[in-house]
Amino acid sequence: MRVGIDLGSRTIKVATLVDGVLQDFRVEESGFEPHRQALEMVGSYKPGKITATGYGRHLAHKHFAQDVITEIKAHALGARHYYPDCMTILDVGGQDCKVIVLNQSGKVANFQMNDKCAAGTGRFLEIMAASLGYTIKEFGEAAMTSHQDVVINSMCTVFAESEVISMKNSGIKPADIARAVHLSVTSRLVGMLNRIGYKEKVVFSGGVANNPCIVKMLEERLQIPVFIPETPDIVGALGAAIHAGKNENDTLS
Amino acid sequence: MTAQPFEVKPYPEMWESLDMDVPRFEKSRQMLGEVYTNMYLSQTNRPAKMQYFDDMVSEIFGGRIQEMLEVKKTGKPIVGTFCVYIPEEVVVAAGGVCVGLCGGSQGSVPDAEKILPRNICPMVKSAYGFKAGRICPYFQTVDFVYGETTCDAKKKTWEILDRLVPTHVMEIPQMKNKRDKTLWLEEVHDFKAKVEDVCGEEITTEKLAQAIRVINNKRKALQRLTALRAHNPAPISGKDALLLEQIAFYDEPVRFAEKVNELCDELEERVKNDDGVADKSAPRVMVSGTPMALPNWKVHNLIETAGAVVVNEESCIGTRYFKDLIDENKSTMDEQLSVLTDRYMQIDCSCFTPNDDRVDQVLKEYRDSNAQGILHYSLQFCHTYNIEEIKIREACEKEGIPYLSIESDYSPEDVGQLQTRIEAFLEQIRE
Repeated sequence: MRVGIDLGSRTIKVATLVDGVLQDFRVEESGFEPHRQALEMVGSYKPGKITATGYGRHLAHKHFAQDVITEIKAHALGARHYYPDCMTILDVGGQDCKVIVLNQSGKVANFQMNDKCAAGTGRFLEIMAASLGYTIKEFGEAAMTSHQDVVINSMCTVFAESEVISMKNSGIKPADIARAVHLSVTSRLVGMLNRIGYKEKVVFSGGVANNPCIVKMLEERLQIPVFIPETPDIVGALGAAIHAGKNENDTLS
Repeated sequence: MTAQPFEVKPYPEMWESLDMDVPRFEKSRQMLGEVYTNMYLSQTNRPAKMQYFDDMVSEIFGGRIQEMLEVKKTGKPIVGTFCVYIPEEVVVAAGGVCVGLCGGSQGSVPDAEKILPRNICPMVKSAYGFKAGRICPYFQTVDFVYGETTCDAKKKTWEILDRLVPTHVMEIPQMKNKRDKTLWLEEVHDFKAKVEDVCGEEITTEKLAQAIRVINNKRKALQRLTALRAHNPAPISGKDALLLEQIAFYDEPVRFAEKVNELCDELEERVKNDDGVADKSAPRVMVSGTPMALPNWKVHNLIETAGAVVVNEESCIGTRYFKDLIDENKSTMDEQLSVLTDRYMQIDCSCFTPNDDRVDQVLKEYRDSNAQGILHYSLQFCHTYNIEEIKIREACEKEGIPYLSIESDYSPEDVGQLQTRIEAFLEQIRE
């Protein structure tokens, strides 16, 4: 059994792989000692080898993981597992968003990450949802009920939040503001995709891919279908598990 | 072996006499010592001749300042600078000292942000902050600061800095036509007059010829170091080489060249024996872009901690400073100043337009250094380098060179993200 662990900024994901097939996965919000938590999550599995990825990869490596790879490589491997012909991966997680372009053989050809700010990330959506009194699930649903074109100008989380508050106070409906927030995130992601020169097929991973409104807006803006893996938040962990399987002979099961 | 812990030596009385904020500076001194111990002394298989440069860091706020004060006592000029356009041969010809000032640390940025806008270059903010906070002994020692017009943030900050320390501004042309050289030559004449005015002595042809040789020798020594780094395995770490390029801006030039050459002798032996600081299979990265002023070791440290080695810096604190020499065979002052100006006009700073020579230079250094990828580094808000990056990226795409561009400042807050990007870049090179 190969185990991949993705120690992200908001959640820890564990995926297990047996004979090249995803067998099981676990997702938990991360606490104060992510490496300990990750190890507990591995708990009942009997891994032959563990590869860590995500922000906490080096911490996990120090304590128990045999190997580390970056999130970039992990997503490339994980996305190809679901869609062997995909060429571009858009991953939007809690703290960052990234676009990865692959070559034909699935190796990373180019990638781009957001700068040191939360704009266009899952965290941005969470903060905006909270300031409108929505849960993250309600937030996307509410946005889909609106057809008003209200525009949020600010890309900065701090400024956008005050913009949202003044919109609220000027009587704009929460659903319309929700739509505006989703549109602003979408245009940022489309900007990143265009900048790097994306190629079809595009896979969308990370927790934000669970938001149907962002997916719909992306497809409308790009005019192409966007492919979402069954469990978009574990693509990185799965990629790490695939890597764990690569560098070892198959006598361990 | 005596296990004396490394420290940047304290000189509280001298600092007091230089009107410094001593209690605060004492903290920076300790911090620099700790950072240096962690980032530098933890490296394995360092060349033995790095000892001299460790000592130069240890004496950065003390011994070297004392030497400069000795020179100052004799009435010779001490000129501070932030730019490789300063005709330092002129200062050296006057018997003076040309020194790169502090401007590479986040610590002084809050001092600057009390008055300067926040959204400008971190180097400009850091530099201004060092003077405003009285926490750079070099700033406190100089007779005047040499400023230039390479960017908007600098040229407007000089006006504000001039209130704290006399600042002589030279107009750097932004194009390379004949009339631009005429302008620059006139500026060099003015600068010479300014230096002569400070020391009250005329700069003779003989003195200038001697100074040209001295600085050429310093640049040649650094060229030799760069050539040795092309060997695989790399005989010296990128961090150590960057440190030398940084020390080049504050050490005494004759002694510095001698010590660099001694180090190069050792590196030659290493090259013969295939003795390197990293494995032969370690990815070789060239860094290109904006300067990294001491103690800005952030990017090199990330690259080398991730198991790669930096083999070249195409930067002002790097090859841009020493790739060109001055013709030593001129006998009249006019001819000397003319060839001096020619040399400075060859600098391919992004403040020039067009500046396609730099694109060729980057590709040449990539090949010469046997690098396997280029990391473009731009300071935040450095518009000229940030925009010129487009052409460097396009050239790398065309040549199939693995390429990563990062924009950063001196704060440690983006280290996690930079680490991910750099490691992903190394994964690309390794595959």
